[in-house]
Amino acid sequence: MHTLGVRSGYGQADVTNFAKVLTGWTWLRPEEPVHGGEFVFVRRFHEPGDQVVLGRHYADNGLEQGRAVLADLARHPATAQHIGEKLARHFVADDPPPALVTKLAKTFLDTDGNLKQVARTLVTADESWIAPRQKLKPPAEWIAGVLRLTGIAAEIPIGRIMNAQVALGAPLWRPPAPNGYSDAEAAWIDGIPRRIDIATEFAGRASRAEPLELRESGLGPLTSTQTRETVARAESRGQALALLVMAPEFLRR
Amino acid sequence: MRPHAASRRELLLASGTLFAWAHLPKIASAEGRDPRFLAIILRGALDGLATVAPIGDPDWLALRSDNALTLDGKTPALKLDEFFALNPAMPNLHRMFESKEAIIVHASATPYRERSHFDGQDLLESGLPRPGASETGWLNRALAGLASAGRVDPRGSKLFAVGPVTPLVVRGPASVLSRSPQRVLPASEDTVQRLLALYRDCDAKLAGVIEDNSKFAAAVEQRRSGQKPNAPGRGQVRTYFSEAAGTAAKFLSRPDGPRVGALALDGWDTHFNEGIAQVRLSQLLGALDEALGAIKTNMGAAWRETVVALATEFGRTARINGTEGTDHGTATVALLVGGALKGGRVIADWPGLKLADLYQDRDLKPTTDLRAVLKGVLRDHLRADEKALAQTVFPGSEAVKPIAGLVA
Repeated sequence: MHTLGVRSGYGQADVTNFAKVLTGWTWLRPEEPVHGGEFVFVRRFHEPGDQVVLGRHYADNGLEQGRAVLADLARHPATAQHIGEKLARHFVADDPPPALVTKLAKTFLDTDGNLKQVARTLVTADESWIAPRQKLKPPAEWIAGVLRLTGIAAEIPIGRIMNAQVALGAPLWRPPAPNGYSDAEAAWIDGIPRRIDIATEFAGRASRAEPLELRESGLGPLTSTQTRETVARAESRGQALALLVMAPEFLRR
Repeated sequence: MRPHAASRRELLLASGTLFAWAHLPKIASAEGRDPRFLAIILRGALDGLATVAPIGDPDWLALRSDNALTLDGKTPALKLDEFFALNPAMPNLHRMFESKEAIIVHASATPYRERSHFDGQDLLESGLPRPGASETGWLNRALAGLASAGRVDPRGSKLFAVGPVTPLVVRGPASVLSRSPQRVLPASEDTVQRLLALYRDCDAKLAGVIEDNSKFAAAVEQRRSGQKPNAPGRGQVRTYFSEAAGTAAKFLSRPDGPRVGALALDGWDTHFNEGIAQVRLSQLLGALDEALGAIKTNMGAAWRETVVALATEFGRTARINGTEGTDHGTATVALLVGGALKGGRVIADWPGLKLADLYQDRDLKPTTDLRAVLKGVLRDHLRADEKALAQTVFPGSEAVKPIAGLVA
């Protein structure tokens, strides 16, 4: 599922058989003096016998049986599609433009999984840039942006930054599920009111930030007239900064 | 200036700074005095007319009609003298006034005549005669200039201040150590409203989230308290103001503590729904009043040697605007409280409220320079040198005479 994507044509039997192929794949306890904590194939645990996964037959040759399945999965067109979608959804739009996904998948297949080339395709595709700036920045990305714009990274205890991520539902390196943090707006938009509090706290710590200058240097031509005025009419510099980082142009990209 | 990781359990104030003398101030110590001074910067432009109403002015009722404080209104104002009355949200201040521990200065302003909060606050805190960038504030420069008695005060090693950001008024050559507060105040209702207005114009989805959240929070509050909720966060503002001010007083009152401090309190920019009772300004003034009470309580015996000065960057329009509020103005009130004052009076050269009397046909006209008040306090209470006041502390203010007789 993590590789091919959900509903890409595999069935329960494939899952079961693949699991059998993977039996014996484990790791040594960290306390082991030699190779402790490293991968090891234990033949004794491995289910003997040939297996069929996604219509292909894999002879039982121990560790190589699993490697062969993985290599085929990596080259599966569904994998290329899945990776392309995830990249497009993360970087461009919640509803990824199909043309972009196709381009990314093609590069992935053509280059036999070279992610650097896939990244190049992502950056150079027109579709990546004509999409409207609507993608809501997920918590960590928004927080990083606030820290950079206001320059407070050195002035704020790291605990407050960690707390902010927790408060927004994205504790650092601790996603709730194995498939990581969601890329969809719906997962994060309910945290917007909390972001206002965080923006207020962080902005309150900025001793050298000039909101009007940052509005120009940070958003510049992207700033709407309404945002421009809202920031200028704030009752204090602290409030001005908080409003700036909560402006739609700063929340979305 | 890096803040310490706050490990002390005392609640320290945000935007507040406290100093100790490096050396005992010469003249004060010779007199056997140990004066304390606290400056409170009110950010946002406090409406002087709604805080201290000129009930004796014949044009007052016509000017503000339903929004005019009166002695016999639904929520009667607290009489100060034949001409002025205090907003009923401030009973502590009224009590101090009657015990001669408060002076109110009206129709007062800094030299600033424009309408930017940022520039106005800068000028209020820098003490400069014109808007412009400054790295230092008048209170820090005043401290740095005070003559020493020549011996090192044992309290001198305890110079300290609190963060997260040192207000400009106390930045400067006299060294200051910053410290972060422990309690974090959430965003004010005002900030949320400003964002909601922006989102309604530019991003309907974000507006929807804010609106849903406010409704939800209000419903929770109503279920919990059984009453229709007030502006969310009102209780927190009261707590915050009192804790900030009270903590400053605790430190200033210690025999081995600092003697001079400053803190800033936000929220005074009442463009909409200002109201005279039960609404925004009233709630803020109530919180401020409790803070003044907390200062007096926590100062203890040191209260009789204390002066607290409260000032804001400018006032607000004489007339109410279309959203039941007021816009940026010019003259406003400055407040002095403390046991060291010769109090119980309102100092005002009243300009009048007829259209011809208003500054630019819209604002209360300033007739007293705020610097005259501050110089008077610094000179007579802290024994600052008058020449230094005119040249260094408030550069270019030679023509502004310190008001005499503010302190006993």
